[in-house]
Amino acid sequence: MAYLKKSPWLLHYDASSCNGCDIEVLACLTPLYDVERFGIINTGNPKHADVFLITGGINEINREVVKNTYEQIPDPKVVVAVGICACSGGVFRECYNMAGGVDQVIPVDVYVPGCAARPESIIDGVVKALGILEEKRTAMKEKEKQHGN
Amino acid sequence: MTSIITAIAFVILAPILGGLVAGIDRKVTARMQGRVGPPLLQPFYDVAKLFEKEDVTVTPSQNLYIIAYLVFMVVSGAYFFAGGDFLLVIFAFTLAHVFIVLGAYAAYSPYSYIGAERELITLMAYEPMVIFTAVGLYLVTGSFYISEIATSTVPAILYLPGVFLGFLTILTIKLRKSPFDISTSHHAHQELVKGLTTEFAGPVLGKVEIAHWYENVVLLGMIYLFFGFNPVLAIVVIALAYFLEIFIDNTFSRMKWQWTMKSGWGVAATLGFLNLVIVYYFYVGV
Repeated sequence: MAYLKKSPWLLHYDASSCNGCDIEVLACLTPLYDVERFGIINTGNPKHADVFLITGGINEINREVVKNTYEQIPDPKVVVAVGICACSGGVFRECYNMAGGVDQVIPVDVYVPGCAARPESIIDGVVKALGILEEKRTAMKEKEKQHGN
Repeated sequence: MTSIITAIAFVILAPILGGLVAGIDRKVTARMQGRVGPPLLQPFYDVAKLFEKEDVTVTPSQNLYIIAYLVFMVVSGAYFFAGGDFLLVIFAFTLAHVFIVLGAYAAYSPYSYIGAERELITLMAYEPMVIFTAVGLYLVTGSFYISEIATSTVPAILYLPGVFLGFLTILTIKLRKSPFDISTSHHAHQELVKGLTTEFAGPVLGKVEIAHWYENVVLLGMIYLFFGFNPVLAIVVIALAYFLEIFIDNTFSRMKWQWTMKSGWGVAATLGFLNLVIVYYFYVGV
């Protein structure tokens, strides 16, 4: 049985976001949207996380931080880029210190566009990510089996 | 013979019961905050998921400590439900906590270091009251054996109201509920990240969670001892006590460790000790 889908713990990282998408992410936790219904918990600890949710574009200073945090999350894991800045760099794309979207540093599985992204679309993105998480788990299991043989 | 059966029943049933209690806890918490909340079986999903994750361990010795934590928690709980010596149960229980503190120290992380230090402080804060609970029950029922305390016809609660209130206070500390959740912040995106369990991930964290379920069942079992004369009343009181703990969890913010010490030793000194003195002088015992 696969329980990953039933209990995705997410890590929210603000990579130079304007705080617009961040308050929408936190709005998902409020009684109106209540993502805990789906077993989603906002952990804040990469070692406990399954879903890495990033808002804002990557700049040269937090490039290493994002990479480091991503590497600390145990497999299987998925990355969700929330907001247009996280998807492509948005209006900050041409700035001198910007690396661009999150996919410049780590592989992104789901893009959630919007400025700011609405809570409904964020929840949609996370739910879509759960399917990918499940695929990654089966791939991981098969890899383990091959190593076993 | 019956003691062996109850011990085995505890080992098998306690995780199921503990997980359900945790599920009810989350559901009631959500309802108190005006939310729908996760499904009742959510804690089981969480633990099952943790066992599916990759095992990332920096220091291998920390896993050994966590296994020791789980084993000693199960052993002390099984001995409790087998009707053994209350004092030995308390010592094995404390030893289990020492192992999780060692596990947190073994992982080189500032968060788990601070969590471990705070866990030691909470251990220090609640331990006197636990001893007073054992002594109080001994004074009233004339035995340190759980089997004799639980089946005693003496209404222990009438003689030990202070000790019971003191025990409820330290129960908040032991269940790691809100005013005293200094060692493991329940919501990880806070100053401690996750305190004691910061460096545990995947299957190891799952073991910590299961040990916590065992622990909760033993703690609720200790409430039973005050109401051994009337099992139905005991179960009602256990349910009410747990509801009260959830309520306190949701209405208080975290307090400093100084407050944990003051509350723990304060209730032990005033409620616990005074109650024992009164019982000692005015009640001749069995």
